[in-house]
Amino acid sequence: MLGNLSTPELSALLALSPSIDQIGTLERIARIQARSIKGAAKIQGLRMALSMIDLTTLEGKDTPAKVRQLCFKAQHLHDQAPDLPTVAAVCVYPTMVGVAKKALGASGIKVASVSTAFPSGQAPFEVKKLDTLYALDHGADEIDMVISRGRFLAGDYQFVYDEIAAIKALCGAARLKVIFETGELDSLDQVRRISDLAIAAGADFIKTSTGKIQPAATFPVVHTMLSAIKDHFDKTGQMIGMKPAGGISSSKLALQHLLMVNEVLGEAWLTNEWYRFGASSLANDLLMQYQKQLTGKYQSAAYFSID
Amino acid sequence: MEILKTYKLYIGGQFPRTESGRTYPVLAADGSHVANACLASRKDVRNAVQAARKAQGSWAGKSAFNRSQIAYRIAEILETRKVQFITELLEMGLEKQSAEKEVQMSIDRCVYYAGWADKYQALISSVNPVASSHFNFSSPEAMGVVGIVACQQTALLGLISQILPIIIGGNTVVVIANTQQPLCAISFAEVLATSDVPGGVVNILTGEVGELLPTLAGHMDVNALSLAPISTELSIAAQEAAVDNLKRVRIYTEPLYVKSAQGLTYISDFQEIKTTWHPIEQIAGGAGGY
Repeated sequence: MLGNLSTPELSALLALSPSIDQIGTLERIARIQARSIKGAAKIQGLRMALSMIDLTTLEGKDTPAKVRQLCFKAQHLHDQAPDLPTVAAVCVYPTMVGVAKKALGASGIKVASVSTAFPSGQAPFEVKKLDTLYALDHGADEIDMVISRGRFLAGDYQFVYDEIAAIKALCGAARLKVIFETGELDSLDQVRRISDLAIAAGADFIKTSTGKIQPAATFPVVHTMLSAIKDHFDKTGQMIGMKPAGGISSSKLALQHLLMVNEVLGEAWLTNEWYRFGASSLANDLLMQYQKQLTGKYQSAAYFSID
Repeated sequence: MEILKTYKLYIGGQFPRTESGRTYPVLAADGSHVANACLASRKDVRNAVQAARKAQGSWAGKSAFNRSQIAYRIAEILETRKVQFITELLEMGLEKQSAEKEVQMSIDRCVYYAGWADKYQALISSVNPVASSHFNFSSPEAMGVVGIVACQQTALLGLISQILPIIIGGNTVVVIANTQQPLCAISFAEVLATSDVPGGVVNILTGEVGELLPTLAGHMDVNALSLAPISTELSIAAQEAAVDNLKRVRIYTEPLYVKSAQGLTYISDFQEIKTTWHPIEQIAGGAGGY
Protein backbone atom coordinates (compact mmCIF):
# COMPACT_ATOMS: atom_id res chain seq x y z
CA MET A 1 0.00 0.00 0.00
CA LEU A 2 3.03 2.25 0.49
CA GLY A 3 3.21 5.01 -2.01
CA ASN A 4 -0.05 4.45 -3.89
CA LEU A 5 -2.86 5.79 -1.76
CA SER A 6 -5.79 7.30 -3.62
CA THR A 7 -7.11 10.70 -2.62
CA PRO A 8 -9.94 9.37 -0.42
CA GLU A 9 -7.54 6.95 1.24
CA LEU A 10 -5.03 9.72 1.86
CA SER A 11 -7.76 11.98 3.27
CA ALA A 12 -8.84 9.18 5.57
CA LEU A 13 -5.26 8.71 6.73
CA LEU A 14 -4.64 12.40 7.37
CA ALA A 15 -7.93 12.68 9.23
CA LEU A 16 -6.31 10.42 11.81
CA SER A 17 -3.42 12.81 12.43
CA PRO A 18 -4.00 13.99 15.98
CA SER A 19 -3.80 17.66 16.80
CA ILE A 20 -0.87 18.50 19.02
CA ASP A 21 -1.20 19.41 22.68
CA GLN A 22 1.20 22.32 22.65
CA ILE A 23 1.31 22.90 26.39
CA GLY A 24 1.84 19.23 27.15
CA THR A 25 4.61 19.11 24.55
CA LEU A 26 6.38 22.11 26.04
CA GLU A 27 6.13 20.69 29.56
CA ARG A 28 7.58 17.38 28.49
CA ILE A 29 10.43 19.14 26.72
CA ALA A 30 11.11 21.32 29.76
CA ARG A 31 11.46 18.19 31.90
CA ILE A 32 13.87 16.64 29.43
CA GLN A 33 15.93 19.83 29.22
CA ALA A 34 16.20 20.09 32.99
CA ARG A 35 18.21 16.89 33.18
CA SER A 36 21.93 16.99 33.49
CA ILE A 37 24.29 14.49 31.89
CA LYS A 38 27.74 14.21 33.37
CA GLY A 39 30.84 12.05 33.46
CA ALA A 40 30.86 8.73 31.64
CA ALA A 41 27.31 9.21 30.33
CA LYS A 42 28.31 12.55 28.84
CA ILE A 43 31.35 11.06 27.12
CA GLN A 44 29.20 8.29 25.70
CA GLY A 45 26.57 10.80 24.55
CA LEU A 46 29.15 13.03 22.88
CA ARG A 47 30.63 10.09 20.98
CA MET A 48 27.17 8.95 19.96
CA ALA A 49 26.23 12.41 18.70
CA LEU A 50 29.46 12.60 16.69
CA SER A 51 28.68 9.30 15.00
CA MET A 52 25.23 10.60 14.04
CA ILE A 53 26.32 13.75 12.25
CA ASP A 54 25.61 14.37 8.58
CA LEU A 55 28.49 16.79 8.06
CA THR A 56 27.01 19.33 5.72
CA THR A 57 28.05 21.97 3.25
CA LEU A 58 25.26 23.43 1.14
CA GLU A 59 26.47 26.75 -0.16
CA GLY A 60 26.34 28.30 -3.57
CA LYS A 61 30.07 28.87 -3.19
CA ASP A 62 30.93 25.20 -2.57
CA THR A 63 33.90 24.07 -4.63
CA PRO A 64 35.35 20.59 -5.15
CA ALA A 65 38.23 21.57 -2.87
CA LYS A 66 35.83 22.64 -0.11
CA VAL A 67 33.99 19.33 -0.39
CA ARG A 68 37.24 17.35 -0.33
CA GLN A 69 38.26 19.28 2.77
CA LEU A 70 34.94 18.44 4.42
CA CYS A 71 35.37 14.76 3.49
CA PHE A 72 38.83 14.79 5.05
CA LYS A 73 37.38 16.27 8.19
CA ALA A 74 34.67 13.61 8.22
CA GLN A 75 37.38 10.94 8.36
CA HIS A 76 39.78 12.75 10.69
CA LEU A 77 37.63 14.56 13.21
CA HIS A 78 40.39 15.17 15.71
CA ASP A 79 43.32 12.82 15.31
CA GLN A 80 44.80 13.89 18.65
CA ALA A 81 41.92 12.06 20.35
CA PRO A 82 42.28 8.34 19.67
CA ASP A 83 39.38 5.99 18.84
CA LEU A 84 36.91 8.67 17.87
CA PRO A 85 33.99 7.55 15.71
CA THR A 86 33.62 9.11 12.28
CA VAL A 87 30.53 11.03 11.28
CA ALA A 88 27.69 9.13 9.60
CA ALA A 89 27.61 10.92 6.28
CA VAL A 90 28.64 13.94 4.29
CA CYS A 91 25.76 15.95 2.87
CA VAL A 92 26.29 17.95 -0.33
CA TYR A 93 24.57 19.24 -3.47
CA PRO A 94 24.13 16.74 -6.35
CA THR A 95 26.95 18.33 -8.37
CA MET A 96 29.38 17.53 -5.54
CA VAL A 97 28.33 13.90 -4.99
CA GLY A 98 31.00 12.52 -7.34
CA VAL A 99 33.73 14.51 -5.62
CA ALA A 100 32.57 13.44 -2.15
CA LYS A 101 32.19 9.81 -3.18
CA LYS A 102 35.76 9.71 -4.46
CA ALA A 103 37.17 11.56 -1.46
CA LEU A 104 35.47 9.26 1.04
CA GLY A 105 36.53 6.07 -0.77
CA ALA A 106 36.17 2.99 1.37
CA SER A 107 35.85 4.89 4.65
CA GLY A 108 32.30 3.64 5.16
CA ILE A 109 31.04 7.23 5.49
CA LYS A 110 27.94 7.70 3.37
CA VAL A 111 27.28 10.41 0.85
CA ALA A 112 23.94 12.14 1.18
CA SER A 113 22.75 14.45 -1.56
CA VAL A 114 20.06 17.07 -1.27
CA SER A 115 17.68 16.92 -4.16
CA THR A 116 14.40 18.02 -5.77
CA ALA A 117 15.46 21.63 -6.29
CA PHE A 118 16.78 22.10 -2.75
CA PRO A 119 16.17 24.30 -0.83
CA SER A 120 12.94 25.79 -2.25
CA GLY A 121 11.55 22.75 -4.05
CA GLN A 122 10.09 25.15 -6.59
CA ALA A 123 10.77 23.29 -9.83
CA PRO A 124 8.72 21.11 -12.18
CA PHE A 125 8.71 17.45 -11.28
CA GLU A 126 10.78 16.53 -14.35
CA VAL A 127 13.58 18.72 -13.07
CA LYS A 128 13.33 17.22 -9.59
CA LYS A 129 13.50 13.76 -11.09
CA LEU A 130 16.63 14.59 -13.10
CA ASP A 131 18.13 16.23 -10.01
CA THR A 132 17.62 13.03 -8.02
CA LEU A 133 18.80 10.70 -10.81
CA TYR A 134 21.93 12.79 -11.26
CA ALA A 135 22.81 12.37 -7.58
CA LEU A 136 22.06 8.65 -7.65
CA ASP A 137 24.10 8.13 -10.84
CA HIS A 138 27.08 9.71 -9.14
CA GLY A 139 26.80 7.34 -6.23
CA ALA A 140 24.69 9.05 -3.57
CA ASP A 141 23.86 6.63 -0.75
CA GLU A 142 21.10 8.82 0.62
CA ILE A 143 18.75 11.37 -0.91
CA ASP A 144 17.54 14.37 1.12
CA MET A 145 14.52 15.67 -0.80
CA VAL A 146 12.48 18.77 0.00
CA ILE A 147 8.71 18.73 -0.18
CA SER A 148 6.68 21.28 -2.14
CA ARG A 149 5.72 23.48 0.81
CA GLY A 150 3.56 25.75 -1.33
CA ARG A 151 1.42 22.83 -2.50
CA PHE A 152 1.24 21.42 1.02
CA LEU A 153 0.11 24.72 2.51
CA ALA A 154 -2.43 25.07 -0.29
CA GLY A 155 -3.91 21.76 0.82
CA ASP A 156 -2.80 19.80 -2.24
CA TYR A 157 -1.75 16.79 -0.15
CA GLN A 158 -2.10 14.32 -3.00
CA PHE A 159 0.46 16.23 -5.04
CA VAL A 160 2.98 16.23 -2.19
CA TYR A 161 2.29 12.57 -1.50
CA ASP A 162 2.73 11.52 -5.13
CA GLU A 163 5.93 13.49 -5.42
CA ILE A 164 7.50 11.79 -2.39
CA ALA A 165 6.32 8.37 -3.60
CA ALA A 166 7.75 8.99 -7.08
CA ILE A 167 11.15 10.05 -5.73
CA LYS A 168 11.15 7.05 -3.39
CA ALA A 169 10.56 4.81 -6.39
CA LEU A 170 13.67 6.27 -8.07
CA CYS A 171 15.85 5.78 -5.01
CA GLY A 172 16.16 2.00 -5.05
CA ALA A 173 18.67 1.03 -2.38
CA ALA A 174 19.40 4.65 -1.46
CA ARG A 175 17.61 5.80 1.67
CA LEU A 176 15.22 8.70 1.29
CA LYS A 177 15.09 11.55 3.80
CA VAL A 178 12.16 13.91 3.39
CA ILE A 179 12.74 17.53 4.43
CA PHE A 180 9.65 19.40 5.60
CA GLU A 181 11.15 22.85 6.22
CA THR A 182 9.05 23.12 9.38
CA GLY A 183 9.93 26.82 9.74
CA GLU A 184 7.51 27.41 6.84
CA LEU A 185 4.71 25.16 8.10
CA ASP A 186 3.40 27.47 10.84
CA SER A 187 1.88 25.00 13.30
CA LEU A 188 2.68 21.75 15.06
CA ASP A 189 -0.53 20.26 13.67
CA GLN A 190 0.82 20.84 10.16
CA VAL A 191 4.11 19.24 11.17
CA ARG A 192 2.26 16.19 12.42
CA ARG A 193 0.16 16.01 9.24
CA ILE A 194 3.17 16.18 6.90
CA SER A 195 4.99 13.60 9.05
CA ASP A 196 2.15 11.13 8.66
CA LEU A 197 1.91 11.91 4.96
CA ALA A 198 5.63 11.47 4.27
CA ILE A 199 5.82 8.24 6.24
CA ALA A 200 2.86 6.85 4.29
CA ALA A 201 4.51 7.89 1.03
CA GLY A 202 7.62 5.86 1.81
CA ALA A 203 10.09 8.16 3.58
CA ASP A 204 12.94 6.27 5.28
CA PHE A 205 13.83 9.34 7.33
CA ILE A 206 11.91 12.50 8.11
CA LYS A 207 13.96 15.66 8.45
CA THR A 208 12.99 19.02 9.90
CA SER A 209 14.69 21.65 7.81
CA THR A 210 16.98 22.74 5.04
CA GLY A 211 19.08 24.86 7.38
CA LYS A 212 18.28 27.90 5.23
CA ILE A 213 15.27 29.09 7.24
CA GLN A 214 14.78 29.93 10.91
CA PRO A 215 13.32 28.53 13.11
CA ALA A 216 14.62 25.11 12.19
CA ALA A 217 14.94 22.05 14.44
CA THR A 218 13.17 23.34 17.53
CA PHE A 219 12.34 20.92 20.33
CA PRO A 220 8.54 21.07 19.88
CA VAL A 221 8.87 20.33 16.16
CA VAL A 222 11.26 17.44 16.70
CA HIS A 223 9.08 16.08 19.48
CA THR A 224 6.05 16.17 17.19
CA MET A 225 7.90 14.31 14.43
CA LEU A 226 9.23 11.72 16.88
CA SER A 227 5.68 11.14 18.12
CA ALA A 228 4.54 10.53 14.54
CA ILE A 229 7.34 7.97 14.12
CA LYS A 230 6.34 6.34 17.40
CA ASP A 231 2.67 6.06 16.44
CA HIS A 232 3.62 4.58 13.07
CA PHE A 233 5.92 2.07 14.77
CA ASP A 234 3.26 1.07 17.29
CA LYS A 235 0.80 0.52 14.45
CA THR A 236 3.00 -1.24 11.90
CA GLY A 237 6.26 -2.27 13.59
CA GLN A 238 8.19 -0.34 10.93
CA MET A 239 11.00 1.96 12.09
CA ILE A 240 11.42 5.39 10.48
CA GLY A 241 14.55 7.48 10.95
CA MET A 242 14.69 11.06 12.24
CA LYS A 243 17.01 13.88 11.27
CA PRO A 244 16.78 17.27 12.94
CA ALA A 245 18.78 19.83 10.97
CA GLY A 246 19.56 23.49 11.47
CA GLY A 247 20.13 25.30 14.72
CA ILE A 248 21.67 22.44 16.70
CA SER A 249 25.14 23.83 17.13
CA SER A 250 26.01 23.03 20.74
CA SER A 251 26.74 19.79 22.53
CA LYS A 252 24.21 20.63 25.19
CA LEU A 253 21.40 20.82 22.63
CA ALA A 254 22.56 17.66 20.90
CA LEU A 255 22.58 15.70 24.17
CA GLN A 256 19.11 16.98 25.01
CA HIS A 257 17.88 15.81 21.61
CA LEU A 258 19.34 12.36 22.27
CA LEU A 259 17.54 12.28 25.63
CA MET A 260 14.31 13.11 23.86
CA VAL A 261 14.77 10.38 21.24
CA ASN A 262 15.52 7.87 23.95
CA GLU A 263 12.45 8.90 25.87
CA VAL A 264 9.99 9.07 22.97
CA LEU A 265 11.27 6.26 20.74
CA GLY A 266 13.63 4.22 22.87
CA GLU A 267 17.15 2.89 22.62
CA ALA A 268 16.68 1.20 19.25
CA TRP A 269 16.81 4.64 17.61
CA LEU A 270 20.09 5.64 19.29
CA THR A 271 22.24 4.70 16.33
CA ASN A 272 23.15 6.51 13.13
CA GLU A 273 21.07 3.96 11.26
CA TRP A 274 17.95 5.70 12.63
CA TYR A 275 18.99 9.08 13.91
CA ARG A 276 21.08 11.86 12.38
CA PHE A 277 22.01 15.44 13.09
CA GLY A 278 22.23 17.73 10.07
CA ALA A 279 24.97 20.10 11.11
CA SER A 280 28.26 21.68 10.30
CA SER A 281 29.47 23.55 13.39
CA LEU A 282 28.10 20.99 15.87
CA ALA A 283 30.99 18.59 15.22
CA ASN A 284 33.61 20.97 16.56
CA ASP A 285 31.62 21.78 19.66
CA LEU A 286 31.18 18.08 20.40
CA LEU A 287 34.91 17.55 19.91
CA MET A 288 35.77 20.45 22.20
CA GLN A 289 33.43 19.17 24.90
CA TYR A 290 34.84 15.67 24.48
CA GLN A 291 38.38 16.96 24.88
CA LYS A 292 37.26 18.95 27.93
CA GLN A 293 35.94 15.74 29.49
CA LEU A 294 39.28 14.02 28.86
CA THR A 295 41.60 16.82 29.98
CA GLY A 296 39.47 18.82 32.43
CA LYS A 297 40.37 22.01 30.58
CA TYR A 298 38.04 24.20 28.57
CA GLN A 299 39.06 24.14 24.92
CA SER A 300 39.76 26.67 22.20
CA ALA A 301 38.51 26.53 18.62
CA ALA A 302 42.05 27.46 17.59
CA TYR A 303 43.14 23.85 18.13
CA PHE A 304 40.38 22.23 16.07
CA SER A 305 39.97 22.04 12.32
CA ILE A 306 38.03 24.76 10.56
CA ASP A 307 34.44 23.79 9.83
CA MET B 1 11.35 52.83 50.53
CA GLU B 2 14.97 51.81 50.35
CA ILE B 3 15.80 49.68 47.33
CA LEU B 4 18.82 47.45 47.82
CA LYS B 5 20.82 46.76 44.71
CA THR B 6 21.50 43.21 43.54
CA TYR B 7 25.12 43.02 42.47
CA LYS B 8 25.45 40.56 39.61
CA LEU B 9 28.14 39.45 37.20
CA TYR B 10 28.99 41.20 33.94
CA ILE B 11 29.27 38.79 31.00
CA GLY B 12 28.88 39.59 27.33
CA GLY B 13 27.32 42.99 28.04
CA GLN B 14 24.65 41.42 30.26
CA PHE B 15 24.28 41.28 34.02
CA PRO B 16 23.47 37.62 34.75
CA ARG B 17 23.41 35.97 38.16
CA THR B 18 26.03 33.31 38.63
CA GLU B 19 25.12 30.03 36.98
CA SER B 20 25.73 28.37 40.35
CA GLY B 21 23.13 30.48 42.15
CA ARG B 22 25.57 31.14 45.02
CA THR B 23 26.20 34.43 46.78
CA TYR B 24 28.49 35.71 49.52
CA PRO B 25 28.10 38.65 51.87
CA VAL B 26 30.10 41.81 51.29
CA LEU B 27 31.03 43.42 54.58
CA ALA B 28 31.82 47.03 55.27
CA ALA B 29 34.96 48.00 57.17
CA ASP B 30 32.93 48.08 60.39
CA GLY B 31 31.71 44.51 59.79
CA SER B 32 28.16 45.44 58.78
CA HIS B 33 26.49 43.65 55.86
CA VAL B 34 26.49 45.97 52.83
CA ALA B 35 25.27 43.69 50.05
CA ASN B 36 25.43 40.22 48.60
CA ALA B 37 27.72 39.53 45.66
CA CYS B 38 27.64 36.60 43.25
CA LEU B 39 30.01 33.77 44.09
CA ALA B 40 30.95 32.91 40.51
CA SER B 41 31.73 29.35 39.44
CA ARG B 42 33.92 27.79 36.76
CA LYS B 43 30.94 27.72 34.40
CA ASP B 44 30.72 31.48 34.69
CA VAL B 45 34.41 31.57 33.73
CA ARG B 46 33.57 29.44 30.70
CA ASN B 47 30.71 31.72 29.70
CA ALA B 48 32.81 34.83 30.19
CA VAL B 49 35.69 33.50 28.08
CA GLN B 50 33.22 32.55 25.37
CA ALA B 51 31.81 36.10 25.37
CA ALA B 52 35.30 37.61 25.38
CA ARG B 53 36.37 35.47 22.43
CA LYS B 54 33.29 36.37 20.48
CA ALA B 55 33.88 40.08 21.01
CA GLN B 56 37.63 40.09 20.37
CA GLY B 57 37.79 40.11 16.57
CA SER B 58 35.55 43.09 16.03
CA TRP B 59 37.03 44.99 19.00
CA ALA B 60 40.55 44.61 17.64
CA GLY B 61 39.19 45.49 14.21
CA LYS B 62 37.89 48.87 15.31
CA SER B 63 40.08 51.80 14.43
CA ALA B 64 42.52 52.87 17.15
CA PHE B 65 40.88 56.27 17.12
CA ASN B 66 37.50 54.70 17.83
CA ARG B 67 38.90 52.69 20.76
CA SER B 68 40.33 55.94 22.06
CA GLN B 69 36.94 57.65 21.88
CA ILE B 70 35.33 54.77 23.72
CA ALA B 71 37.95 54.88 26.50
CA TYR B 72 37.38 58.60 26.83
CA ARG B 73 33.66 57.90 27.07
CA ILE B 74 34.36 55.55 29.99
CA ALA B 75 36.02 58.48 31.76
CA GLU B 76 33.03 60.73 31.01
CA ILE B 77 30.52 58.27 32.47
CA LEU B 78 32.77 57.57 35.45
CA GLU B 79 32.85 61.30 36.11
CA THR B 80 29.05 61.48 36.24
CA ARG B 81 28.95 58.59 38.71
CA LYS B 82 31.69 59.92 40.98
CA VAL B 83 29.45 60.17 44.03
CA GLN B 84 28.37 56.55 43.81
CA PHE B 85 31.94 55.29 43.67
CA ILE B 86 33.05 57.52 46.53
CA THR B 87 30.16 56.24 48.66
CA GLU B 88 31.10 52.64 47.91
CA LEU B 89 34.74 53.28 48.78
CA LEU B 90 33.75 54.99 52.04
CA GLU B 91 31.75 51.89 52.97
CA MET B 92 34.89 49.85 52.41
CA GLY B 93 36.60 51.94 55.04
CA LEU B 94 38.48 54.56 53.05
CA GLU B 95 38.86 58.10 54.40
CA LYS B 96 36.86 60.65 52.44
CA GLN B 97 39.98 62.23 51.01
CA SER B 98 41.46 58.90 49.89
CA ALA B 99 38.17 57.86 48.32
CA GLU B 100 37.90 61.07 46.34
CA LYS B 101 41.51 60.75 45.27
CA GLU B 102 41.08 57.17 44.12
CA VAL B 103 38.05 57.99 41.97
CA GLN B 104 39.78 61.04 40.48
CA MET B 105 42.88 59.01 39.66
CA SER B 106 40.69 56.32 38.08
CA ILE B 107 39.11 58.86 35.77
CA ASP B 108 42.50 60.30 34.91
CA ARG B 109 43.80 56.83 34.10
CA CYS B 110 40.99 56.25 31.60
CA VAL B 111 41.79 59.52 29.87
CA TYR B 112 45.49 58.66 29.95
CA TYR B 113 44.99 55.35 28.13
CA ALA B 114 42.44 56.91 25.76
CA GLY B 115 45.33 59.06 24.62
CA TRP B 116 47.57 56.07 24.05
CA ALA B 117 45.13 54.16 21.82
CA ASP B 118 46.47 55.43 18.49
CA LYS B 119 50.04 56.10 19.58
CA TYR B 120 51.55 52.98 21.13
CA GLN B 121 51.71 51.21 17.76
CA ALA B 122 54.23 53.67 16.40
CA LEU B 123 56.40 53.46 19.52
CA ILE B 124 56.69 49.67 19.66
CA SER B 125 56.93 49.06 15.93
CA SER B 126 60.21 48.95 14.09
CA VAL B 127 61.77 48.69 10.68
CA ASN B 128 64.53 46.12 10.99
CA PRO B 129 67.82 46.07 9.12
CA VAL B 130 68.24 42.70 7.40
CA ALA B 131 70.97 41.36 5.11
CA SER B 132 68.69 40.24 2.32
CA SER B 133 66.45 41.86 -0.24
CA HIS B 134 63.52 42.25 2.11
CA PHE B 135 61.69 45.13 3.65
CA ASN B 136 61.45 43.82 7.22
CA PHE B 137 59.17 45.38 9.78
CA SER B 138 57.59 44.50 13.13
CA SER B 139 54.31 45.72 14.49
CA PRO B 140 52.14 44.91 17.52
CA GLU B 141 48.92 42.92 17.48
CA ALA B 142 46.46 42.20 20.27
CA MET B 143 47.06 38.85 21.98
CA GLY B 144 43.37 37.94 22.18
CA VAL B 145 41.56 37.07 25.39
CA VAL B 146 43.37 38.08 28.59
CA GLY B 147 42.47 36.79 32.05
CA ILE B 148 42.90 39.29 34.88
CA VAL B 149 43.08 38.79 38.62
CA ALA B 150 42.41 42.29 39.85
CA CYS B 151 44.33 44.09 42.53
CA GLN B 152 43.05 42.88 45.92
CA GLN B 153 44.18 45.99 47.81
CA THR B 154 41.97 48.56 46.09
CA ALA B 155 38.44 48.30 44.79
CA LEU B 156 38.59 50.57 41.74
CA LEU B 157 41.93 52.07 40.77
CA GLY B 158 43.86 48.81 40.61
CA LEU B 159 41.11 47.25 38.51
CA ILE B 160 41.08 50.11 36.02
CA SER B 161 44.88 50.21 35.89
CA GLN B 162 44.85 46.60 34.69
CA ILE B 163 41.82 46.64 32.39
CA LEU B 164 42.39 49.84 30.44
CA PRO B 165 45.84 49.26 28.92
CA ILE B 166 44.85 45.72 27.93
CA ILE B 167 41.64 46.64 26.14
CA ILE B 168 43.19 49.72 24.57
CA GLY B 169 45.53 47.26 22.86
CA GLY B 170 42.60 45.43 21.21
CA ASN B 171 42.34 42.56 23.69
CA THR B 172 39.20 41.48 25.48
CA VAL B 173 39.33 40.54 29.16
CA VAL B 174 37.83 38.29 31.80
CA VAL B 175 38.36 39.83 35.22
CA ILE B 176 38.21 38.22 38.64
CA ALA B 177 37.41 41.21 40.83
CA ASN B 178 38.65 42.05 44.30
CA THR B 179 37.01 39.33 46.40
CA GLN B 180 36.48 41.33 49.59
CA GLN B 181 35.51 44.57 47.85
CA PRO B 182 33.65 43.60 44.68
CA LEU B 183 31.02 46.34 44.61
CA CYS B 184 33.05 48.96 42.75
CA ALA B 185 33.93 46.40 40.09
CA ILE B 186 30.27 45.71 39.33
CA SER B 187 29.43 49.41 39.44
CA PHE B 188 32.29 49.92 36.99
CA ALA B 189 30.65 47.28 34.80
CA GLU B 190 27.56 49.51 34.75
CA VAL B 191 29.79 52.33 33.55
CA LEU B 192 31.18 50.11 30.80
CA ALA B 193 27.71 48.99 29.77
CA THR B 194 26.67 52.58 29.22
CA SER B 195 29.79 53.88 27.55
CA ASP B 196 29.84 52.31 24.06
CA VAL B 197 32.18 49.50 25.09
CA PRO B 198 30.81 46.56 23.07
CA GLY B 199 29.43 43.68 25.16
CA GLY B 200 32.03 40.99 25.83
CA VAL B 201 35.07 43.28 25.66
CA VAL B 202 35.18 43.43 29.46
CA ASN B 203 33.66 40.63 31.54
CA ILE B 204 33.73 40.85 35.32
CA LEU B 205 33.28 38.01 37.79
CA THR B 206 33.07 38.25 41.56
CA GLY B 207 34.09 35.34 43.77
CA GLU B 208 37.02 33.43 45.19
CA VAL B 209 40.29 33.84 43.28
CA GLY B 210 41.36 30.39 44.45
CA GLU B 211 38.29 28.82 42.89
CA LEU B 212 38.17 30.72 39.61
CA LEU B 213 41.81 31.26 38.70
CA PRO B 214 42.76 27.60 38.02
CA THR B 215 39.92 27.32 35.48
CA LEU B 216 40.83 30.62 33.87
CA ALA B 217 44.54 29.80 33.80
CA GLY B 218 43.91 26.36 32.30
CA HIS B 219 41.42 27.57 29.71
CA MET B 220 42.82 26.86 26.25
CA ASP B 221 41.04 29.89 24.77
CA VAL B 222 42.70 32.41 27.08
CA ASN B 223 45.89 33.83 25.59
CA ALA B 224 47.47 35.64 28.53
CA LEU B 225 47.12 36.35 32.24
CA SER B 226 47.56 39.60 34.11
CA LEU B 227 47.96 38.85 37.80
CA ALA B 228 47.93 41.41 40.57
CA PRO B 229 49.76 40.25 43.72
CA ILE B 230 48.20 36.98 44.99
CA SER B 231 49.49 34.17 47.20
CA THR B 232 52.58 32.29 46.00
CA GLU B 233 50.71 28.97 45.84
CA LEU B 234 47.98 30.42 43.63
CA SER B 235 50.48 32.16 41.44
CA ILE B 236 52.50 28.96 40.93
CA ALA B 237 49.36 26.94 40.20
CA ALA B 238 48.26 29.54 37.65
CA GLN B 239 51.62 29.53 35.91
CA GLU B 240 51.61 25.74 35.72
CA ALA B 241 48.08 25.66 34.32
CA ALA B 242 49.06 28.31 31.79
CA VAL B 243 51.72 26.10 30.22
CA ASP B 244 49.46 23.96 28.02
CA ASN B 245 48.72 26.69 25.50
CA LEU B 246 51.78 28.81 26.31
CA LYS B 247 49.90 31.71 27.86
CA ARG B 248 51.92 34.78 28.58
CA VAL B 249 51.74 35.39 32.31
CA ARG B 250 52.50 38.85 33.63
CA ILE B 251 52.69 39.03 37.41
CA TYR B 252 52.67 42.55 38.80
CA THR B 253 54.56 42.74 42.03
CA GLU B 254 54.51 46.53 42.16
CA PRO B 255 51.34 48.24 43.43
CA LEU B 256 48.95 49.15 40.61
CA TYR B 257 47.06 51.80 42.55
CA VAL B 258 49.78 54.44 42.60
CA LYS B 259 50.23 57.38 40.29
CA SER B 260 53.27 55.91 38.59
CA ALA B 261 51.60 52.59 37.67
CA GLN B 262 50.76 53.64 34.17
CA GLY B 263 52.66 53.73 30.93
CA LEU B 264 53.42 52.12 27.62
CA THR B 265 54.72 48.88 29.13
CA TYR B 266 51.31 48.08 30.58
CA ILE B 267 50.03 48.12 27.00
CA SER B 268 52.95 46.32 25.38
CA ASP B 269 52.83 43.59 28.05
CA PHE B 270 49.83 42.23 26.16
CA GLN B 271 50.85 42.78 22.58
CA GLU B 272 52.22 40.15 20.24
CA ILE B 273 54.87 41.41 17.84
CA LYS B 274 54.41 40.34 14.25
CA THR B 275 57.38 40.59 11.93
CA THR B 276 56.82 40.77 8.20
CA TRP B 277 59.39 39.98 5.52
CA HIS B 278 58.33 41.73 2.37
CA PRO B 279 60.40 40.89 -0.71
CA ILE B 280 61.80 43.88 -2.57
CA GLU B 281 63.70 44.04 -5.80
CA GLN B 282 67.41 44.31 -5.46
CA ILE B 283 68.24 47.82 -6.45
CA ALA B 284 71.01 47.91 -9.06
CA GLY B 285 74.36 48.19 -7.35
CA GLY B 286 72.92 46.84 -4.11
CA ALA B 287 73.66 49.82 -1.95
CA GLY B 288 70.07 50.92 -1.65
CA GLY B 289 67.23 49.32 0.24
CA TYR B 290 66.77 49.05 3.96
